Amino acid sequence: MTEEVPVAMVPRAAAVVPMPRSRTAAGRPAVAEEQLAYAHLLDWGMKVGLLGLTVTFAVYVSGVLAPRVPLAELPRYWALPVKQYLAATGIHTGWSWLYLLRHGDFLNFVGIAFLSGVTIACYLAITPILFRKKDLIFGWIAIAEVVVLSLAASGLLNVGAH
Amino acid sequence: MSRSVLPAWTGIVLAVALTTGVAYAAGAAPAEAGTSALPWWAWPAILFLVTFALGIVAVLGGVGGGVLFVPIIGGFFPFHIDFVRGAGLLVALAGALAAGPGLLKKGLADLRLAIPVALIASTCAIVGALVGLALPTRVVQTALGASILGIVALMLVAKKSEYPEVPRADHLSTALRISGIYHEPTSGRDVDWKIHRTPLGLATFVLIGVMAGMFGLGAGWANVPVLNLMMGAPLKVSVATSKFLLSITDTSAAWIYVNNGAVLPMLVVPSIIGIMLGSIVGVRILARTKPAAIRTMVIVLLLFASVRALLKGLAIWN
Repeated sequence: MTEEVPVAMVPRAAAVVPMPRSRTAAGRPAVAEEQLAYAHLLDWGMKVGLLGLTVTFAVYVSGVLAPRVPLAELPRYWALPVKQYLAATGIHTGWSWLYLLRHGDFLNFVGIAFLSGVTIACYLAITPILFRKKDLIFGWIAIAEVVVLSLAASGLLNVGAH
Repeated sequence: MSRSVLPAWTGIVLAVALTTGVAYAAGAAPAEAGTSALPWWAWPAILFLVTFALGIVAVLGGVGGGVLFVPIIGGFFPFHIDFVRGAGLLVALAGALAAGPGLLKKGLADLRLAIPVALIASTCAIVGALVGLALPTRVVQTALGASILGIVALMLVAKKSEYPEVPRADHLSTALRISGIYHEPTSGRDVDWKIHRTPLGLATFVLIGVMAGMFGLGAGWANVPVLNLMMGAPLKVSVATSKFLLSITDTSAAWIYVNNGAVLPMLVVPSIIGIMLGSIVGVRILARTKPAAIRTMVIVLLLFASVRALLKGLAIWN
């Protein structure tokens, strides 16, 4: 239980508009609402992502779903530069892995993409909180971060591997 | 007690060296021929053992797993550096995601400090990742070796300041209201902090982001000195915010590697599991170790790996 009790501001040399400070019932400095919201979602997403990654890897190595690149042939490919690997295996870049989820190796990309997407979800969760608190600059920075991460995730940026 | 721990410690480092040596011996020649002297399953098994040891070393040495992973795995395993960098980013990302929630909830990592820094670092990490994947392998290896040497130099010369003196917050951090307070359990008091030199610090994260994306190293080795020594955040806040920051910076770069095909689950998953289990063990024995001795060993390990990367890049030792 962290009942927040406002306390007096600490005078600061250069702080013009300091952040409001509050404390928990135990007298400790309270953590901001958006920071806690971010932490809770990150915690949940990280656990689900790591569990998913472990389960899909078990499916992969157990051979329950046949991999796109046979396990015994992997050592022929992992020493190649990525462009040669893609050309040799006929694998396409971007989100094409979604079409290959029936294969054990590409099933792992569900967990990898989930872990790589958790941060975007966290930013989306805190943006409304920041705007509600009229923290406009950070609200817009959060939106900019979502745009940057979404652009990276979009698959639009590539180095001409295909 | 530390006398009894040190030999065990040395054993861990020797285990890393021995296993990577075996990996190199078994993998160096076949890497060119496109076949392996070992069955396919031996590689993820060796990778798991090495990353488990690296996880322990990373925690005890106070460095991120990514900075050890890329030069060591890239230098002594038969995997191409493209896939090693992709795996390195995901290893650093997984570690940051695991540590982030606790650090945020305790108020040690500061979201307000991280958000502006993360926007710059993550944008530049995309650029770094794109450039890194476009460059010839030898150029990347050489640049990686040189960068690791630079990191070693930074580790040797950079001092840390528990509570840096910040006489006056600068205008930008004041306008952005970047300041905070956290409870320090060792002293039982609340630590009020603010930062300065924010424009310079933010500009430095341009370079940090590019390097993180280009080499897949994670970036704790650079984040902490900049946040702590340059911007004046307390050491605990700097370390915690740096760790959390990696979850954002590495996310953007990781997507570039995923979308360009440079991620092999067979490298990524054993590495993530190995390094995370190693970190758990490392945390348990952290209290019984001599930090200075461990740090020296980490520096020696990094020096060796950087020379290996340089020589590989310069085609002297393939």
